[in-house]
Order: sequence, then structure tokens, then C-alpha cells
Amino acid sequence: MTAERDDRRNLSVEHLADRAKFVRLETLRLTRIAGAGHYSSTFSCAELFAALYYGHLRLDPQNPSWPDRDRFILSKGHAAIGLYPILADLGFYPPSRLDDFTRLGSAFGDHPDMKKIPGVDFSSGSLGHGLSVALGMALAGRVTGRSYRTYCMLGDGELNEGQIWEAAMAAGHYKLQGLVAIVDRNRLSIDGPTEKVMSVEPIDDRFRAFGWDVHRIDGHDLPAIMETLGALKPAGHGKPQMIVADTIKGRGVKYMELSLDWHVGNLVGQDYDDAWAEIERGLQPREREDA
Amino acid sequence: MGAADNLGQDQSTLFRGNDTELRLKDEKSVRGTPAKLMPAFVLGEELADLAETDPRIVVATADLANSSRTRDFANRHPDRFIDFGIAERNMITAAAGMASCGLVPYVATFASFSGILAAEAIKTDCAYPKMKVRILGHHSGISMGFYGTSHHATEDLGMMRTIADLTVVCAADANQLRAILRASVDHPGAMYIRLGRGRDAPVYNEVPADFAFGKAATLREGRDLTIIATGSQVHASLAAADRLAADGIGVRVVDMHTIKPLDAEAVRAAARETGAILTVEEHNVIGGLGSAVAEVLVEEARIPFRRHGVMDEFSLIGPPAALYAHYRLDADGVTQVARELLQARG
Repeated sequence: MTAERDDRRNLSVEHLADRAKFVRLETLRLTRIAGAGHYSSTFSCAELFAALYYGHLRLDPQNPSWPDRDRFILSKGHAAIGLYPILADLGFYPPSRLDDFTRLGSAFGDHPDMKKIPGVDFSSGSLGHGLSVALGMALAGRVTGRSYRTYCMLGDGELNEGQIWEAAMAAGHYKLQGLVAIVDRNRLSIDGPTEKVMSVEPIDDRFRAFGWDVHRIDGHDLPAIMETLGALKPAGHGKPQMIVADTIKGRGVKYMELSLDWHVGNLVGQDYDDAWAEIERGLQPREREDA
Repeated sequence: MGAADNLGQDQSTLFRGNDTELRLKDEKSVRGTPAKLMPAFVLGEELADLAETDPRIVVATADLANSSRTRDFANRHPDRFIDFGIAERNMITAAAGMASCGLVPYVATFASFSGILAAEAIKTDCAYPKMKVRILGHHSGISMGFYGTSHHATEDLGMMRTIADLTVVCAADANQLRAILRASVDHPGAMYIRLGRGRDAPVYNEVPADFAFGKAATLREGRDLTIIATGSQVHASLAAADRLAADGIGVRVVDMHTIKPLDAEAVRAAARETGAILTVEEHNVIGGLGSAVAEVLVEEARIPFRRHGVMDEFSLIGPPAALYAHYRLDADGVTQVARELLQARG
């Protein structure tokens, strides 16, 4: 399937980096319309979004309910603001539909709604549900004999939810190799560093103990992301697959990086213009990666 | 899948240790009622029959395949049966994921753990996105008897009824359960199906051909009072109507199997034509059938009215039959309550 797909896509790192930049800029623009938005949780997974949607997932924007498509569940639904522009860009709906983002009656709220937005495979927002949804989709693939893979992006704070571990246990038990989970390991939940609020490490060992295959990568390193996605095993009978992506919350706007102040925020005036200009320059090397 | 692993021998139900239950199961009848007329014995079988011709149907449980007799489905369709272990929220959310892929999942566990423990998963993942998940809450009400409050479910109807776009229905007996299951397959959206202990006495002699969600069934006519009952209490209410008839009191008995959408016209007609209404349910009088009927009456037709059920308390423990007598949820009790209502009316 990949050969056919790759022919039709521009998989250069430059292109994917440009699309990650697009995600961040659109997040700025849409947040200004809404008056508040999740900047930092979306910035942390911008490269993951770009790699998945522009380089990896098997989708058909002209046929959003194609039964053999790959599924993608955004379990950390508060990053939907970064997903909506991608779906528009890919042709699931006209980009102009985002111009009334979050206004009364809009299909596009802070969390994604599958019944209102083509390309959203399942509604999300209540943390802890997504891996169970993806588990069900993977089981359905087995029951119906289809070979799609089901991808689920989880927040790291979300791993506090007990239902995640119910789903992880079941996925290991039923050996659902077609289930791929990605943790956006951006180290912060709302009240502070995850390891202070409620520790989630060692994520790798915990999922391995539940019967998963685990990869750990830099979630802003596009070549590494693409290599890891490309090496995933096909749907079938085997260990479910986990990618723990170490990321930086707020990555792309320096004063937001690893800051607790920008989980939800709104930039106006000069601040907006400055953030826009900074994102336009692209990701800059960080002085210290261990902050 | 689940059924393929270590099926082993029939470990009986959670009632193991209760000699009476074990023996009765072997004899295929309970107190004179053939097993095929008891909900517990038809659930898995009926679903398995439906699945013969409908490849969308899958069944799941949370480590209660024997108690719900979904084991009977698993034996016939092992590739379409999933045991999620003791993880009810995961089961119901995963069922929503399956439904989004075109399957029609029936997920069964105790009402206390489906309609109560997993209520948010039902709201968020099943009802809101209109997934065709059928949540079966078996052993509802106080039917778990001496297992106690953790296993009683007298709140589930109240919780389920406040969820938009969720159909809420109660099975009175085995034949009606078959009708509900058959009608449910192509019904849009999510559904909560409430079952009793599974040994409920027959109300319907055959599978009711005219069953429709939201359309109450009038089982007996009378001019002096209407008893609107649901689930296990339909049988008790019919028996109460017999006793009252002996005293010349005519009681209409309405089986309000669908709690939502409620058949408001049946309530208005009962008010108009019989002048008094008593609701009877194996549920807290707050939030369930009684509340639903009261809402119609207060807004549209004020008449002498009384709710009967569990009076906003956690049930005592005890054998089910003793509890039903204690809470006046048997024929004698319902008869007594009906007389009180009629006396108060004067």
C-alpha cells in the first residue's frame, strides 16, 4: 500500500516541516477567532500531525467513510484546533468552513465532533476514552477482515486515566498489531509537570509490561518520526504498537515552551504578530533540551 | 476470540453455591416456568439467532458470560464474541468504536456496572455520536438480593433517562426481550436495555408481534385506576389487578417498556379515562418511570397519582423474594399501594 501512496505524496522533510508550521500558524489564527485556545498542547504534536496526515495515513478525502481507510483517534481532543486545518487542507471540507470557528452553531469546537466534521473518525474530548475507541475499531477490523490500522494519539497527562490501562490490557491480550498508539510526551499537564502532578513514567516499561511493542523517539524530529511510522508492522496478530514521542509543550514559540501559562491562552496585538513571525522562521535549535 | 480461550466447562452463574439455582438450571425450569420462557436463558440464544443472518452483530461482556448467558452466543459465534474482562467502561467505549465501523454491538453486564458505573461512556461515546451500541443492564433493581447495594441498580433509569438521543427500554419477560432484541437491530442510535434477574415470570404468551419502541402496551382494561409498570413490575401489577378485580375494582395495566421516549399519549389517555394513576417500578421513585409519568401529568393532566418503587433508600440485603415483599414490589404489595391511592382519592 505504501508504494502506491508514496507516489502521490510529497514526503520531503521540508514539505512536512512546512505543514507543521502551517498547523501552528492556523492554531494562532483560529485561537484569535475563538478568543482562547490550546496553543501549547497543539504545538507539541505539530510534527506528529504533519507526518501522519501528509506522509503516512491511508485516507481518501473524497470518501471520508471509506471502510478500508486507516483510522485516527485524537484522544487528546483539545488539540483539534491543529487537526481541523489539516483536514481542510487535504480536501475533506473547504478551508473557509473554519472561518466561523467556535461561533454559535459552528461544527468546529474545541473538541472534534465526528457527526459534524468529515474526516474525524471519532468524537473526543473526555480524556481516557480514545484508546478504548481505537481498540474497538481494531477489533472491528479483525471481525470484518479488513487490514486498516487504527492510530490513537494520547496526551501524557491522559495516561492518568484508568480506562487507558483497561484498553492497553485488552489490546495486549487480543494481540492487536493493527493498533498504534502515540503518546505526545510533552511533560506538562494543566497543574504542572506530569511527574509532579501524577507521574506517568516509565511509560515504555509500563506498556511493554502490558504486552506492547514500544518505540521512543524525538517527536519533533521529522526524519525519525517518518522512519518509525514506516517501520510499523501491518495489522494482524501481534503486539500492539506504541510510539512514545518526546516533545516540548509549546514548541515553536520560545516563551511558550515548557511554560504552564499557555495551556489555554489568547494572543493579541503585537504578541500575535511576534508569535506569527517566530513560527514563520521555523523551529530553532533549543539551548537546553533537558529543561 | 474470547470464547475461544479456555471455555472450559459451564461454571454456572454467579449464583454458584446456591443449590436451588444449579439444580433448576439442569432441569430447564424454575418454579414451573420452562427455561425458554425466562430472560436469562433466551438472551444469548436470541442474539445468536439474529447473528445467523446479520453479520454486523457482535456481543461483549465484562467477565459475566455465564451470568448473562451470553455464553450461549459465544458458543455459536466465537469470532464475534469479546470478553473484555472486568473493565466495563473500556467495553462500552470499545463497543462504540466497533459501531463506528459498522458493527452492531450488544454489550452485557450487571446494570450496576453498565447503566451506573459506565454512564459517562454511554453518554459520551454511544449516545452523543449516535453509535448503534446496545447496552444490556442485567440483574437490575434489587434483584441481586443479598449481594447488596454495590450490586443493586435502582438509579440506572434515572441516569440513562437524562441522556439525550438514548433509547431506554425495560424487558418484562423473555418473550418481550426477544421482541426488543429483534426490534433493536435496526433502530437508530444507542440503546440501554434493562433486564431483571433473568428468572422473571412470563407476562407475554408469545413474542409480541406489535412491539414498538415508544409505544406502550395495554395489557388489561379497567375504569377505576391505571397501573403503569415497567420491567419486573409488570407481572406483579397484573397480579395486583386480578386481586383488585375480585373486589370489583377495574384496573388498566400498561406496560411502559420504553422509558424514553415515553409514550405520553398513553399516560394522558389513562388520566382521562381512568382518573388515577399508579406507577410501579423496581427502581428509586426518583428519576425513573414514576418521574417520567409525573412530568407528563403535572404539565398536562393533573389527577390523583402515586409513584411506587424503592423510596429513595439503599435496599436491605436478603433473598430477592423477601426483598420484593418487604418493599411491596410483589402482587400483595402493589395491591395494597393501589388500595391506598384509591382510598386517598375517596
